[in-house]
Amino acid sequence: MTPPILEVEDLRVSFTSPRGVSEVLHGISLSLQRGQILALVGESGSGKSVTGLSVMGLLPRQASITRGCIRFDGREITHRVPRELRGAGMAMVFQNPRAALNPTRRIRNQLADVILAHEKPTAAELHRRLAELMEQVSIADKARCLAAYPHELSGGLCQRIVIAMAIACSPDLIIADEPTTGLDVLTQKAIMDLLLDLTRARGMSMILVTHDLGMAAQYCDDVAVMNKGYIVESGRDPHALFLDPGDAYTRRLVNACPTEQSRLGPQSVSVPPASAAPLLDVRNLVKTYGRDFRAVDDVSFTIGRGESLGLIGESGSGKSTISRLVSRLINPDGGQILFGGQPIGQMPADHFYRTPLRRQIQFVFQDAAGSLNPRFTAFDAIADPIRRLQQGETSELGERVIACARSVGLPEGLLNRYPHQMSGGQCARVGIARAIAVDPQLLILDEPTAALDVLVQAEVLALLERLRREKGMSYLFVSHDLHVVRMLCSRMLILRHGKVVESGSCEEIFRQPRDAYTIDLLSAIPHFRPTGNGA
Amino acid sequence: MISRAGATRIGLRIVAAVPALLGVILFAFIMMRVLPGDPAVYFASGPNAGQAEIDALRHKMGLDQSMPLQFLHYLEGLVRGDLGNSLVTGQTVTQDMRERLPASLELTLTALMFSLVISLPLGVLAAWWAGSMWDQWVRAFCSLCFCVPPFVSGILLVYLFYYMFGLAPDPTGRINIFTPLPHRVTGMLLIDFALAGDWAGWRQAAEQLILPATTMALFVIAPLTRMTRAAMLSVVNSDFIRTARAMGLPTWRIVIVYSLRNALMPVLTTIGIVFSTMMGANVLVEKIFSWPGVASYALDALVASDYAAVQGFILLMAFLFVMVNLVIDLLLSVLDPRVTVE
Amino acid sequence: MTTQSTGRQERAGLSTALRFARENPVTLFAMSGLTLIVILALLGPVITRYDPLASDVPHALRPPDGMHWFGTDELGRDVFSRVLAAARLDLAIAVSAVGLSMAVGVTVGCFSGYHGGWLDRITGRIVDVLTAFPLFVMAMALVAVLGNSVENLVYSTAIINFPFYIRIARAEVAARRQLGWVEAAHVSGNGPSRIVLMFLLPNIMPTIAVQASLNLGWAILNAAGLSFLGLGITVPTPEWGIMVANGAHFMSSGRWWLVVFPGCALMATILCFNLMGDGLRDLLDPRTRA
Repeated sequence: MTPPILEVEDLRVSFTSPRGVSEVLHGISLSLQRGQILALVGESGSGKSVTGLSVMGLLPRQASITRGCIRFDGREITHRVPRELRGAGMAMVFQNPRAALNPTRRIRNQLADVILAHEKPTAAELHRRLAELMEQVSIADKARCLAAYPHELSGGLCQRIVIAMAIACSPDLIIADEPTTGLDVLTQKAIMDLLLDLTRARGMSMILVTHDLGMAAQYCDDVAVMNKGYIVESGRDPHALFLDPGDAYTRRLVNACPTEQSRLGPQSVSVPPASAAPLLDVRNLVKTYGRDFRAVDDVSFTIGRGESLGLIGESGSGKSTISRLVSRLINPDGGQILFGGQPIGQMPADHFYRTPLRRQIQFVFQDAAGSLNPRFTAFDAIADPIRRLQQGETSELGERVIACARSVGLPEGLLNRYPHQMSGGQCARVGIARAIAVDPQLLILDEPTAALDVLVQAEVLALLERLRREKGMSYLFVSHDLHVVRMLCSRMLILRHGKVVESGSCEEIFRQPRDAYTIDLLSAIPHFRPTGNGA
Repeated sequence: MISRAGATRIGLRIVAAVPALLGVILFAFIMMRVLPGDPAVYFASGPNAGQAEIDALRHKMGLDQSMPLQFLHYLEGLVRGDLGNSLVTGQTVTQDMRERLPASLELTLTALMFSLVISLPLGVLAAWWAGSMWDQWVRAFCSLCFCVPPFVSGILLVYLFYYMFGLAPDPTGRINIFTPLPHRVTGMLLIDFALAGDWAGWRQAAEQLILPATTMALFVIAPLTRMTRAAMLSVVNSDFIRTARAMGLPTWRIVIVYSLRNALMPVLTTIGIVFSTMMGANVLVEKIFSWPGVASYALDALVASDYAAVQGFILLMAFLFVMVNLVIDLLLSVLDPRVTVE
Repeated sequence: MTTQSTGRQERAGLSTALRFARENPVTLFAMSGLTLIVILALLGPVITRYDPLASDVPHALRPPDGMHWFGTDELGRDVFSRVLAAARLDLAIAVSAVGLSMAVGVTVGCFSGYHGGWLDRITGRIVDVLTAFPLFVMAMALVAVLGNSVENLVYSTAIINFPFYIRIARAEVAARRQLGWVEAAHVSGNGPSRIVLMFLLPNIMPTIAVQASLNLGWAILNAAGLSFLGLGITVPTPEWGIMVANGAHFMSSGRWWLVVFPGCALMATILCFNLMGDGLRDLLDPRTRA
């Protein structure tokens, strides 16, 4: 057997800061054969990105390798990665492709820079190589792309360019660090398929750094699960490993991962009688930006009392705009919003805070930490809506805040902390407590778990489901994740370019999607459990 | 070279500068009316003009008309380049400006060049080795430069290099009065001497220029270096530099083509602000070195209550400032492909 | 619960301050320097025996000695007591000018930045023009129009400074206007004015404080520069700029103390303000810290 292309032995990495030295990798070992694809899976802070950067020799200045050894193709590169090796021997693809390209240089020159850094082709040869590269990353409009600046291209195209740069000098190893984070589901699938095809066709090896178990299972031969700077479990065939995890952490991770089969306890969706008037009735809603960009284009839906409706869409589909229109943060340009039969769409958003309906419609924001005033303690954050919206009842303020905190599972001791002193999950709980503090009838949730790690996401989803049942609230749940919506909602609405393309009960849509876009969306989700084979 | 969007942007900028210019003109106009004294006196032929002449002027200038009408007349005068007469020199203000502006520009541009030559490398290196000993020294140097007012540093430089070491020539004026002046082409002595091929004269002019230019350069080295460092630092830590390193690009290319090129845009914007700071600092430096520029002219005029000259200076500054900002916009739209019409 | 938490916060604040002092010796130095300057300025009349205005021609132009620590000027006035008296005046001018422009600028900037729209765009344009114009020249013209007096010097310094506060407050508010916690404040039932005053203002105050600290140095420079030119404050009032201008005549005969001492006082004060501003900025934004 040929020697492995990459060997990592007992790697330890420490970060030095004015506060002291902290070790982030506690001795990890990996081995990668030629042509093999390895997934490094873990939550944020697990050390998976640091591992990738260590191999490339791109650790930030304050980090250093304190022990262990990295060998590339039998050559020791632990402390110094020769420049020629980067690009020609191994290359790295990062997340956020738009930022990964030089904004003031044409794509053609950036690609040429990479080739010229390692080889000395003639002008004609260079030209031919560039055209070839564009073909290999399946870019049809070669001339336009080569002449363009990064800001003129979409995120997906930019990532293809970065991949073209990575394969330009035929490296043996590609490290892809969350290469599809921030891209839409469909683009994500296209990019991953491309990376897989290229790796297989060129006999390269790849390390895929990801938080997505489904992606790891679908695209990789081998997997290493990381937690807090350790590799807790690794093995061949991710499917098998995820279906029967040996390690307790992996098992928790797998169980928390929303899949087609995930449920939040017994499904007890109380479908309201058809005759009952809906709590929220949205008719022909329109919101226009600029001269002719219709962010929301003739959208209608209803939410019954105690019901939860999922709003699905990719970025730019108008789902966040709808959530802000319904919660009266912005003004619609057309259509009606009826809340409990009362038209609220016409009231200017700037004055809505004075109406008694303000406390009936509350909002849980996407970025939990960012939705808390940095100068407010958790107590103040939860107390704020009570103070503003329920005047005259402030005598029992302290007790009410504590009761609220208790109902979202927030320890009382955390109430005098500031947002930066709390974890993401704790901030999310404060955000939810604030929203339910004034007992609203409708809660609008805008991707409330998108910024959270999968374990915390599972807890928050369970909490939301429990609160809905206990308090009889209605939810408008906005998300890009079909599985998450399915766990929490009975009906869903699929949006594209501001229009509704499909709506119906979740069961139905999953069983039998009608619209072509929905079908694409469903098939693009990476998963690690063979479909049709209930777990 | 310039894209269509860039051209449109520059056009819009010119249009946008009009209200600013009008504002300054209005300010100058009101100043002329608010200040004690009779404008007719300033526009009269000289300090000895008789009452009859002044009365005739009053009528001719329309000072007996309403304010808006007067403002229109005033604008009309400006369009013709008529800024009135200076009491001190007895010439028209336009004539005085034309004679003195090159001296101020020569001083300011030389100082700007000095400061850029020092600031850019300092800032780039400080950012590249951010946090190192070198970075700390650059920082200390900047703090020191910034806290020395130009009128203190100017006097100290003269004391050291003229009185103590005798290295510099007598720090008054642009050139020794005995040196024959070159044929006036641009009015900037260094350029005119060079055009005339008179290198001895060039050397003299350069020697006279060094101290005032250094004084002014010292004043702006700190903001320029800091901006360069900050801009470089944010570029160096950005994702595309990491990508460039991950693809194995040579270091010099990463520093020059990838980092500096992108850091240049905020630096360029700073240069605009620095230039206008320098135009202000000109007043102090020209006074210390008896430099026959527009700023010292304006100061003398201010002290002598020669308001026609003062307002001429303010309008000139406004015009220069609009021009400088246009040039910077032009450069920005060449440098940055992302610049589009707002 | 409240008292207990305040106590804990105070202790935490104290330990943070101590750690900050240990990690930022330069800022600590600047702060103590400033404290020293302020104390000296305030106690000036107590420390020196001389009246800063009393001339004593027989003892004119004495170099520094035990009697006159900083020497005497051409009228025999004690330079040390004049430097201290000038510190009082210059600091007072800087503080009142910066306070004035901060109050006006931040208020205008906050509301302009929060409400946006065409009014905000016009404000922005005006501010851009003002900040790019040679401000020293503008200050000169303003003093010329308003007349020579200390108050007018304060007003003109305030006027040329306040566009900076509008700009910063506007930018900081506009950057936060769309943030989650501001939207959340809307949902929690806060009106626009309340959001500006209770939510946005406290959050942008640190940035404003940095600007104010840097600006104080600049205001002193501006006031001294104007006085150096004979604008604003006039002789015989002790002021650093005037003293330097006056002393410049005696440099050629080797009487350096007339320029060096007021010049150094000026530089030390500006240096301390700037270092403190830098230190505050580092404290606020650890990313820029070296």
